[in-house]
Amino acid sequence: MYAFEIERPKSLADAVAAIGAEEAQFLGGGQTLIPTLKQRLAAPSKLVSLSGIAELKGLRMDDAGRVCIGGGTTHATVAREAAAHYPALAALAAHIGDPAVRNRGTIGGSLANNDPSACYPAAVLASNATIVTSNREIAADDYFEGMFTTALEDGEIVTEVRFPIPQAANYQKFAQPASRFALVGVFVAKYADGVRVAITGASEQGVFRWSEAEAALSKSFDAAAIKGLAADADGLIGDMHGTPAYRAHLIGVLTGRAVTAAAG
Amino acid sequence: MRHVGDPIAAVVAETYEAARDAAEAVVLDIDELPAVIDMKKAVAPDAPLVHEDIGSNLCYDWGFVEENKAAVDAAFEKADHVTTLELVNNRLIPNAMEPRVAVGDYARATGDHTLYTTSQNPHVIRLLMGAFVLGIPEHKLRVVAPDVGGGFGSKIFHYAEEAFVTFAAKALNRPVKWTCQRSESFVSDAHGRDHVTKIQLALDKDGHFQALRTETYANMGAYLSTFAPSVPTWLHGTLMAGNYRTPLIYVNVKAVFTNTVPVDAYRGAGRPEATYQLERVIDKAAREMGIDPLEIRRKNFVTEFPYQTPVAVVYDTGDYNATMDKLVEIADLAGFEARRAESAKNGLLRGLGVNCYIEACGIAPSHLVGQLGARAGLYESATVRVNATGSISVMTGSHSHGQGHETSFAQVVADMIGIPEDMVEIVHGDTANSPMGMGTYGSRSLAVGGSAMVKATEKIIAKARKIAAHLLEASDADIELKDGKFSVAGTDKSVDWAGVTLAAYVPHNYPLEDLEPGLEEISFYDPSNFTYPAGAYACEVEVDPETGRVRIDRFAAADDFGNIVNPMIVTGQVHGGIGQGVGQALLEGAVYDDNGQLLSGSYMDYAMPRADDLPNYVVDHSCQTPCTHNPLGVKGCGEAGAIGSPPAVVNAVIDALNRGGHKVAHIDMPLSPARVWAAMQG
Repeated sequence: MYAFEIERPKSLADAVAAIGAEEAQFLGGGQTLIPTLKQRLAAPSKLVSLSGIAELKGLRMDDAGRVCIGGGTTHATVAREAAAHYPALAALAAHIGDPAVRNRGTIGGSLANNDPSACYPAAVLASNATIVTSNREIAADDYFEGMFTTALEDGEIVTEVRFPIPQAANYQKFAQPASRFALVGVFVAKYADGVRVAITGASEQGVFRWSEAEAALSKSFDAAAIKGLAADADGLIGDMHGTPAYRAHLIGVLTGRAVTAAAG
Repeated sequence: MRHVGDPIAAVVAETYEAARDAAEAVVLDIDELPAVIDMKKAVAPDAPLVHEDIGSNLCYDWGFVEENKAAVDAAFEKADHVTTLELVNNRLIPNAMEPRVAVGDYARATGDHTLYTTSQNPHVIRLLMGAFVLGIPEHKLRVVAPDVGGGFGSKIFHYAEEAFVTFAAKALNRPVKWTCQRSESFVSDAHGRDHVTKIQLALDKDGHFQALRTETYANMGAYLSTFAPSVPTWLHGTLMAGNYRTPLIYVNVKAVFTNTVPVDAYRGAGRPEATYQLERVIDKAAREMGIDPLEIRRKNFVTEFPYQTPVAVVYDTGDYNATMDKLVEIADLAGFEARRAESAKNGLLRGLGVNCYIEACGIAPSHLVGQLGARAGLYESATVRVNATGSISVMTGSHSHGQGHETSFAQVVADMIGIPEDMVEIVHGDTANSPMGMGTYGSRSLAVGGSAMVKATEKIIAKARKIAAHLLEASDADIELKDGKFSVAGTDKSVDWAGVTLAAYVPHNYPLEDLEPGLEEISFYDPSNFTYPAGAYACEVEVDPETGRVRIDRFAAADDFGNIVNPMIVTGQVHGGIGQGVGQALLEGAVYDDNGQLLSGSYMDYAMPRADDLPNYVVDHSCQTPCTHNPLGVKGCGEAGAIGSPPAVVNAVIDALNRGGHKVAHIDMPLSPARVWAAMQG
């Protein structure tokens, strides 16, 4: 690590004010940033920790019936407290990393980082969630802009994520053997106005919606509806853990399993 | 630089952070040269040379036994059936829990050097570094390797950092410490395995083995590490007979330099490579010929001992049918079909893999390894120091870095005398305390180091008996030792252990004219043969045909380790070995790109086995044919699990796929979901 200053603001307003410095960076749960610092791959002059800001933490239900999760809420809290409202989302959170990761890592940190193999982006995109920031509200379809790239601007903090609750949903993660991030992860969510299918882990562009499957499943929410439907291997990740063709194949298998699990 | 991780400069600073800053400030003016990673490309005529001065990347081309080659080829000509298999024994990165550490210290007043290091063999490091690197005589160099957090072979070897901190401590007249980061370990600890092999088995129409021949490319990496050349040769070629009476065997090994981290001994060292290819080709032959995989093994077992193999070594004892019988029982092979049907109901393909293994442990008879070209003697030493009150310090040249020597060695000595184990302390890991010893690897510690301890303790008992005879005014022939008490046979006259030991150091009533005072003895034990642990393993897997994912459902190991001192430690060793073997079979594999960058350079891409990758093992070591040539009758158990398990796992996956209608003959390790799925696509 290189030397840096750290500030621990108690309010969102103070955090936004503190980030002014040129090389300053927000620190959420630190699950990506801290290892990066330890490897000396980043050298911020100042870190602004978001961990002490009470207004970023916790879950609530809003008037529209959405489950709203503060950006600084840990995966462990989501796993525990979302279970009654949105079980598929809670189950996803319960299987991110290990207990140490789940008790430090936050939903806001995960979404700001937008790792192409992270789990949360699939839930957010499939749920058509709204990302609320210190400045504005961003629809999920407008938020994810590619691998490690989002619509967030410098100094903007994810304050809350609002998930409309689906009629049925399920997340299937096929773990990469070493990291146990998603080699492919599929989140399927069925709403009154249609089915959304979001794929993580597979694409060089990060999380994306599988529109062919959505169309088929919106007509018939049954794994049989996507039999014979193949995801396009073009643009998918190929590495030592799997070829693009293998990832494309897994997208089909996992989507079917997610639908079966959600429908059951 | 010849590989990523090749050290070229060192920085010493007051703090760790300052050292890292300074290391970053070093400007390296490096021109990238063409690299060669693939062994077959490395031996092609136009390949970039790893060592220009050698003029070739072929380190050696070894035929064994050369005189047998013509007869082997002739046997293949007239065989009823020939099975051929080409396979890769994947490169592994050792990953001991504790990374390497070295601290150099120097006393200017006396000129004494001390090196604290994470070594499996401090005396060997003292000899190699003192005599061949820094020119420091042994009496001015102390090497201390206290509790070390695992080695698995990777801490046998002498590394540059040890020499550097020793050198720098003198230059700066300060202690100098270096600690390896995990990411450095990946590119600087010697790797393991990395063989590419073509193996052929000739059989008669009934499945009797007629001849075996192999051609192996063995990756040395960019430099020859300490024991590297011996791994694909004497630790590999000599094991190619396995548990079987194959009359004719020819092994060819081409050792190759590449622009990769040096490869050296890793848990099993040559023997896993031998076992894997042999047990895989037997399985393939059985499938091709329609013979049951257990039956083809049984009909070829060596059953008479001693057995002279066609590859130099003589097996002293064993009973391979007994371990196979035990395996059938503990693995519940009779219940396999019912379990398979149950798996099929869940849409999963269940397969059964069975194999045998044999290894040569208790390394090694010095005269033999000398004839074979080794530059080391492979005896072991022990000093048994009995203190005045009867407690005992045993100084051993073996090194414990997780093997539990402190427990099992103390048991051996305490049992011989009949005193509680807590009266015996095992001292190891410091050249200032222990006699010159060769350290721990090759499942040698109890078989060789334990034998030295037995020999020294026998000397102690012989002398103590004489002291007791004097104290009891009897002839030493009449003195009996039982439960720590010396008594005169047929009388109630006795003296206890502490009475004798006190007399040895307070020799008032003592036969000083015949016997020196004190009670301390040393022994150096050089084995007359290797030991040959053997066993039979079974693995059951479920393969998800939709994703290619393999789950190990059951694993059973029936081992013959000869006599056993501490069953719990033996069980733990087998568990750990199987974990590493399963890691190799399903998860682990070093991957380089064509430019020599290690792509699997961290735990994000290099998959170590975790608890939930492993089943509950059933292990049994009740089949015991004691070693005939060491005083304990022990054979060694440290590497068996890692040697015996990879073929069991792979045989099981291939079996599952074939039972599921996929005609897959082989998949190279690690059997990742992606590889298994790709194989199923044809």
